Amino acid sequence: MSAAPSSGTPTTYPHVISVLCLNHGLNSASEPKGKMFTSGLFRFCSSCLQVIVDTPTSPVTSGLPLFFVITVTAIKQGYEDWLRHRADNEVNKSNVFVIENAKQVQKESEKIKVGDIVEVKADETFPCDLIFLASSSTDGTCYVTTASLDGESNFKVMEMDGQHVTKAGACAECVCVMINWRMLLQHPSPRPQLYLTSPPSVCSSSESAAKSLGPENLLLKGATLKNTKKIYGVAVYTGMETKMALNYQGKSQKRSAVEKSINAFLIVYLCILLSKATVCTTLKYVWQSNPFNDEPWYNEKTKKERETFKVLRMFTDFLSFMVLFNFIIPVSMYVTVEMQKFLGSFFISWDKEMYDEEIKEGALVNTSDLNEELGQVEFVFTDKTGTLTENSMEFIECCIDGHKYKDCISEVDGFSQTDGPLKYYGKAEKSREELFLRALCLCHTVRIKQADQVDGLIGHPECKNTYISSSPDEIALVKGAEKYGFTFLGLENDFMKIRNQKNETEMYQLLHTLNFDPVRRRMSVIVRTTTGKLLLFCKGADSSIFPRVQQEEIQQTKVHVDRNAMDGYRTLCVAFKELTQKEYDRIDRQLNEAKMALQDREEKMAKVFEDTEADMHLIGATAVEDRLQEQSAETIEALHAAGMKVWVLTGDKMETAKSTCYACRLFQTSTELLELTARVVGESERKEDRLHELLMDYHKRLIQDVPKPRGSLKRSWTLSQEYGLIIDGSTLSLILNPSQDSSSSHYKSIFLQICLKCTAVLCCRMAPLQKAQVFPLYSPLTEASGPCALTCGLSDHWGMWIEGKQINFSDNAMLQWRPFLYWTFLGAFEGLVFFFGVYFLFHNSSLEDNGKVFGNWTFGTIVFTVLVFTVTLKLALDTRFWTWMNHFVIWGSLAFYVFFSFFWGGVIWPFLKQQRMYFVFAHMLTSVSTWLAIILLIFISLFPEILLIVLKSIKERSHQSSRKAPKSVSSRPSVTPLLLRTFSDESNVL
Amino acid sequence: MAVNYSAKEEADGHPAGGGPGGGAAAGGGGAVKTRKPDNTAFKQQRLPAWQPILTAGTVLPAFFIIGLIFIPIGIGIFVTSNNIREYEIDYTGIEPSSPCNKCLNVSWDSTPPCTCTINFTLEHSFESNVFMYYGLSNFYQNHRRYVKSRDDSQLNGDNSSLLNPSKECEPYRTNEDKPIAPCGAIANSMFNDTLELYHVENDTRTAIPLIKKGIAWWTDKNVKFRNPTGDGNNLTALFQGTTKPVNWPKPVYMLDSEPDNNGFINEDFIVWMRTAALPTFRKLYRLIERKSNLQPTLQAGKYSLDITYNYPVHSFDGRKRMILSTISWMGGKNPFLGIAYITVGSICFFLGVVLLIIHHKYGNRNTSADIPN
Repeated sequence: MSAAPSSGTPTTYPHVISVLCLNHGLNSASEPKGKMFTSGLFRFCSSCLQVIVDTPTSPVTSGLPLFFVITVTAIKQGYEDWLRHRADNEVNKSNVFVIENAKQVQKESEKIKVGDIVEVKADETFPCDLIFLASSSTDGTCYVTTASLDGESNFKVMEMDGQHVTKAGACAECVCVMINWRMLLQHPSPRPQLYLTSPPSVCSSSESAAKSLGPENLLLKGATLKNTKKIYGVAVYTGMETKMALNYQGKSQKRSAVEKSINAFLIVYLCILLSKATVCTTLKYVWQSNPFNDEPWYNEKTKKERETFKVLRMFTDFLSFMVLFNFIIPVSMYVTVEMQKFLGSFFISWDKEMYDEEIKEGALVNTSDLNEELGQVEFVFTDKTGTLTENSMEFIECCIDGHKYKDCISEVDGFSQTDGPLKYYGKAEKSREELFLRALCLCHTVRIKQADQVDGLIGHPECKNTYISSSPDEIALVKGAEKYGFTFLGLENDFMKIRNQKNETEMYQLLHTLNFDPVRRRMSVIVRTTTGKLLLFCKGADSSIFPRVQQEEIQQTKVHVDRNAMDGYRTLCVAFKELTQKEYDRIDRQLNEAKMALQDREEKMAKVFEDTEADMHLIGATAVEDRLQEQSAETIEALHAAGMKVWVLTGDKMETAKSTCYACRLFQTSTELLELTARVVGESERKEDRLHELLMDYHKRLIQDVPKPRGSLKRSWTLSQEYGLIIDGSTLSLILNPSQDSSSSHYKSIFLQICLKCTAVLCCRMAPLQKAQVFPLYSPLTEASGPCALTCGLSDHWGMWIEGKQINFSDNAMLQWRPFLYWTFLGAFEGLVFFFGVYFLFHNSSLEDNGKVFGNWTFGTIVFTVLVFTVTLKLALDTRFWTWMNHFVIWGSLAFYVFFSFFWGGVIWPFLKQQRMYFVFAHMLTSVSTWLAIILLIFISLFPEILLIVLKSIKERSHQSSRKAPKSVSSRPSVTPLLLRTFSDESNVL
Repeated sequence: MAVNYSAKEEADGHPAGGGPGGGAAAGGGGAVKTRKPDNTAFKQQRLPAWQPILTAGTVLPAFFIIGLIFIPIGIGIFVTSNNIREYEIDYTGIEPSSPCNKCLNVSWDSTPPCTCTINFTLEHSFESNVFMYYGLSNFYQNHRRYVKSRDDSQLNGDNSSLLNPSKECEPYRTNEDKPIAPCGAIANSMFNDTLELYHVENDTRTAIPLIKKGIAWWTDKNVKFRNPTGDGNNLTALFQGTTKPVNWPKPVYMLDSEPDNNGFINEDFIVWMRTAALPTFRKLYRLIERKSNLQPTLQAGKYSLDITYNYPVHSFDGRKRMILSTISWMGGKNPFLGIAYITVGSICFFLGVVLLIIHHKYGNRNTSADIPN
């Protein structure tokens, strides 16, 4: 698929077009919320019906609430839209410079077309996906941070394609030349995955040599240019096709579990409404079958009524009942829920606790749709590096040929002298030491940023220079080498400069960099020394290095590596080999061929790498510490205490990850660890059987043997024994993608059941792709309530994926319906109390002390008064914290009701056509009996609620005392009461 | 220092708002300021709050107190209700033995009107003021079509509505092209039996004076119902151009001889126009005032009720009653409220006792359960 630059990809931007016009209320109500729409439409139909059908309530009565609901929703939607619009405009209308016809033209970013050459200055975000063409920096690189895309705040080095672009500092003219090359972009259709992509390839017609581009050439929209004055790039994906937009689309469909359950309840209510209308219509005709009920002499039908066709009359009667009862559909509830969420989002952003002093930023709420879901999170998936840990590495120690070198050897004294016998662990040969340190200095992709070139301090670059790398490990290693006397001075025209211990500068020509990738877990460089020796240095994870070095060298280093891993350090092994010119030529040719390949490039590259990085000599190993984030232990504890299950996904060694997990209290000393790793499963052919055995064993231990705790609906902290699961990538893939053997296909469900019982799960040695696989693993369970993975930057350090999920087993679904049924039945009970209470009271309608009688309007008013008071007081009973606002709203509502009733019955009457309610309310209040009846009926209606609260409080007290006991025994030390408030806030309803 | 560097830079000169955060999905959070959130009680959700703790300890006494309040109230109401004297006669004449049986199938325009007399005996004397009601059964004054069938503007004396009544009055809006005053089904079906009460002593019948004023709501009589206004006070002239309701024997301006009880402000009419809530209802008909402190209003003895039987109820299986009743502070006789209060109070009290026992049991178990655990 080849597309010339001119082929205009639509430049529409992720722009939610919705209500722009507030007064067009209906439009807005029907726009975003499905059910809101349904019920709104329903209500609308009802009020329309009322115009047509002869109904007991006026169109105004049911139209007015709808109008209110729509207005409020429209205002809210309009406001959120305006905000979104503003944000869109900020992005879409921001000005960018585009090179057109050898001139620099200012354009709005939404007007960028595919093929445009775009100029981006430092600290600007890329307006679309660009292919990096030219940079102002001399080495043809630029640095970007993708913090807003994936939360990784480190700088990534982007390279331009060196063969096609002049490196002589980008200027507009140079770039213009490039346009004339008529580059043909051969690019695959856009895919949402940020990194799992084969980027487009460029071929310039003038040279007719195809050139493939890698992810390092693609600048993603949303990323920010750093430390580079300006760059030029050609737009490849714009608008909706950018990676960012493709990722964004999936997230717009978020729906909370509450909304979903409301939907289900709505259907039930609709059924109730329909059956009610049907029953009432039937009863009406049964009653009317008696002629003196149908049309007694005192109440004759109108001519129209008499003439209407009977079936039609029945139908309109049915509709009339629908209209009469349509208030069972709680339209206003949607508005209440919406507004609640909307205002709740403000409280999230206002939260002082969420404010980060360092970056001066509070919580940012991207959508108010899922607020309440945050409180129902049960699984937290977190990355280890950069999330649990700071991702700022520190070189701790190294071992060379099995000799351990640790800590501060002062730079001045050099490597050979140590501070004391304690720090001295034996020494390797001097040449080996130097080789190791040179390897550390050379085998990396670290670049040097000259921080301050104006100051004229270039003479002492080591003071001012900053290392920049996509991996903090490399920086730590380079710094570690510096500590031992070998300083990396930078890359100049393909020559790497190193200052050695004797303060001499050594130059190495960098021939090839075999970049790090998570599958290989290693990287290599091929350099030529000044003496012409060709050296390959390789560093990587022990598991990927050990098989590629001489077997007899491993043992001594392995001891160190294992011990370091146990201490929670990240370990890397360093190996080298010398290449002959012949060998090098072959490798060089193969590499170039593979790089040019348009098909299966990854596979070909991998094969070359595999061949190249073989038969090496192990020199040593390094240990780098990745310190835990501040308070990560407290946070994990708080998450655990809140009953959440934490999954840590990491690519690290099991030992490293495990010790980190202990350090951050993911695992307690009391936690029983279940292992599903290559170590226990073994590598043999029978590993599937072994896995099966293990799974069954764990399953038995966790699920079958554990007696169901009495309060099985309570969250898991009541369990005394906690389980943790450790699984590694290879075993996980065994479970997820079992071989053809059909018996193993149910591993997945067993595994899931085990996972659900574990408070913590550690997945180590995970490839990035596997990390992504873990989420869909849960979708069968989350489907009931909707999988909603939301990426939220809780604070600057805590980027984590939260799998929001409310219910995991079908029996919990009942739990969801219980409050609903409870409320519905309570409502029915109250309705009966209201009506029949007043009905019996009106058996003698002379309720005043002057013998005068009350009529039907007083009857209704009493019922309604009781209703309003009951509902408001019920609300008061359910109110947990009484602030002045609660007092104001609740007592204010009641006062307003009384005031309004007086007003409606007294003051307003000359303005109304019908004076049915004239003085009815005031009259009602003159009767002592009415007062007594109202009080009694309110009390009877609230009685079940009160009784329930009392029973619950009695129950709770007994629970509390039984719960207290295991809690105090539990090994969990009390943590900062981050979530203490949540504990006490259990739902009021059973 | 790569990582530190980025943090430092952001802290220095670039407010984060312009940075990577300003993506396309600002949503509701657009209002977020980059500055520190205000430390106000409201924004931090730390408003001083009172948390009612409904524990068994606080609610159980409440149960007892409610029980102790409700039961006496109930007893009080019940006793009061029982002390009310009430006498009720069904004069529909369904039974052939009834004197009114002859009038059972009376129609609206039967002339001369059918009259009948029913004798009855009061066993107990009625001490205080006595209220005379008429009661109807199976009469749906609360029927939707019926309730709506009136024109309040017309009844309020609005001249345009007088001659052009509301459509709601159909089919009782016009008769022979003349607007009906008062229009509608309610007015049309106004109760028009005449009841007269005699005390029979030694075969002499003494008429008991029945007061026909003060039976309607004051606001109805003085505000809501008004006669049409115009030149002079001659109601006949004011109702010119209208016709009487179909079922009425005479027009509205001839309902009573007294001018302040005639036309729309006739109290019998007003009482009828206040539609009843239930199909079996009573409406106030006359007052019998106590004359002196020495004599009861109605002493025990023989009475006779003279009925001018105009109102047909047999066609819809209805009943007509005459009710004599005294009134207490709580209105007429109605045992419901008293019984309900006593019942609820007793349940409260009973539950209080039960819960107290449960509470004690649980409390004991709690203290003992703490030790082995």
